[in-house]
Amino acid sequence: MGERIITFAEALNEALDIMMAKDEKVIVMGEDVGVYGGVFGVTKGLIEKYGPERVRDTPIAESGFIGAGVGAAAMGYRPVVELMFIDFLGVAFDQIYNQAAKIRYMFGGRAKIPMVLRTVAGAGFSAAAQHSQSLHSIFIHVPGLKVVMPSTPYDAKGLLIASIKDDDPVIFIEHKGLYGTKGPVPKDEYEVPLGVADVKRRGKDVTVVATAAMVHKSLAVAERLSREGIDVEVIDPRTLKPIDADMILSSIRKTGRLVVVDEGYPRCSFATDIAAMAASMAFKSLRAPVKLVTPPDTPVPFSPALEEKWIPSEADIEKAIRSTMEDK
Amino acid sequence: MSREEIPREKLLWMYETMVRIRKSEEEASRHFAQGKIPGFVHLYAGEEAVAVGAMANLRDDDVITSTHRGHGHFIAKGGSLKEMWAELYGKRTGVCKGKGGSMHIADLRKGELGANGIVGGGIPHAVGAGLAFKLSKSDRVAVAFFGDGASNQQNFHEGLNLASIWKLPVIFICENNQYQISLHYSKQQAIRSVAERGSAYGVPGVEVDGQDVLAVYEVVREAVDRARRGEGPTLIEAKTYRYLGHFEGDPQVYRKREEVEWWKKNKDPIELFKRRLLDMGIAKEEELRDIDSRVEREVQDAVRFAEESPYPNPEELYEDVFSTPTRGVLVWKWGSEVRSHG
Repeated sequence: MGERIITFAEALNEALDIMMAKDEKVIVMGEDVGVYGGVFGVTKGLIEKYGPERVRDTPIAESGFIGAGVGAAAMGYRPVVELMFIDFLGVAFDQIYNQAAKIRYMFGGRAKIPMVLRTVAGAGFSAAAQHSQSLHSIFIHVPGLKVVMPSTPYDAKGLLIASIKDDDPVIFIEHKGLYGTKGPVPKDEYEVPLGVADVKRRGKDVTVVATAAMVHKSLAVAERLSREGIDVEVIDPRTLKPIDADMILSSIRKTGRLVVVDEGYPRCSFATDIAAMAASMAFKSLRAPVKLVTPPDTPVPFSPALEEKWIPSEADIEKAIRSTMEDK
Repeated sequence: MSREEIPREKLLWMYETMVRIRKSEEEASRHFAQGKIPGFVHLYAGEEAVAVGAMANLRDDDVITSTHRGHGHFIAKGGSLKEMWAELYGKRTGVCKGKGGSMHIADLRKGELGANGIVGGGIPHAVGAGLAFKLSKSDRVAVAFFGDGASNQQNFHEGLNLASIWKLPVIFICENNQYQISLHYSKQQAIRSVAERGSAYGVPGVEVDGQDVLAVYEVVREAVDRARRGEGPTLIEAKTYRYLGHFEGDPQVYRKREEVEWWKKNKDPIELFKRRLLDMGIAKEEELRDIDSRVEREVQDAVRFAEESPYPNPEELYEDVFSTPTRGVLVWKWGSEVRSHG
């Protein structure tokens, strides 16, 4: 069970490898997942081990192959389908929100769709407005979908294993800025349960709820502020739906202050959702207005000069935390 | 196998099943008009030969995907008439516990992987089922039913292409009932037939008279045999006609009454088949009348069952969202909490 330091991408690859070895119903499908190994290398080596029947390269036909994943899942397979960029969601969204998400409910519980849709989000690579978005909030909005967004290699592996074992459709979102990040990961099989948040840093003054790449920025800010005596608690929900409301609310009740840091667009979003949850369920505990740190309500720009301004920065996070501290 | 070799029981099953669909649909039309059935209802009367001719080739473990006009497929695949009717009424005894309704009639226990409220939405599901059958090395097949309107959708083209390159045991059956809601299909596609579109994907395309149940039976049998042998998909276009509107309540300003009457008089699938059975000496008039009245009673029983069944309990609103209990239940029910707080 030895822990080694490996990358986020390697951790995901291990999860797929373990589950494919264990359960022949687990199959991998998507664009360039075979010999190419996935555009970010997550499926590397799987086709050599499990063959082209179980590691299927698909045409660039997202609605068709995601829909085929739904059909295979209904027949008892556990397809892990890769949508190369979350931005391509639009061409296949019907199969996700009307089909995968709804079948169980519309069948009166007499069906299950154990499919994982792996996809890639995140800005910071000058990939412009159609390859940089963080659209997780769209999935959170839809009943019947589970939404997972890990921030560390350890969580990535454990959450992907749990997602593949889960009997419901899971949208598994990987931030492209995290693939190369490293961390300790056990070699063997383990699960990080869905719907359970993680306190990435304990603190008593401010609760920061942060997702994916924003977890790391928030932790860096928290370390700096601790030297000034501001004690920040950083919670990584890991699963955005179902959300671990208990852990988030009890942290807010303890600190009385909330900052939500997320790379999704600001309106009708994960950030506003957590703010609304705090307002409706923990209002009396709040000692300061809730602060949201998100990008502006604009498409993601191409120019590095503009994109840098678009992505929430450590300075933005620090400013938000400081402003909540002004209210005693 | 020539037509003479189809076992008598199967021929009578075809007749009975077409009658069952017709009587049930006519009853549904009446009950909808009386305001007893909620929602949107799209009826299959006139198209019975397609579902029945196709399903006569399928085993219980084969799978179909269907359309928003799915009652006929459901009945022909062996779904319970009572449970279907209870579902139309939104009752808890319904096949989907009152959560699907007319447009989403489904029963995986019978290999019915869902009627679908989205045009073309079910086509890739049949492709995925076909993939599952191929991977598990079984000889099961998947059949996707869809309308002529769906043949302009991405799912049709992507589904056909996927099934073809992967050589999957999928039969694509286009029920061309001539109208894409209010528009005649000839105005929506530049080519003469949907079947021709198969050639773009290396899939054999076959046209068949969708009012002739034995003709449908034969072409689907060939396609099913091909699929079971591992030779890949077939596209079948059954030319048919719907007697009723796109949905119940449709004023049908887009077609003439005489056109509908012509089809009923000259091309009714049940009347044509009845004459055939009598001519072939398969059954006597009296026997067929017995079937008619037995089915009539069955439909009335189903209607009564639906009317007498209870509605779902309010708590059932929250059931069947996810398979596994989750810690997020508090927020999952958040909408109702917010509402109760005014």
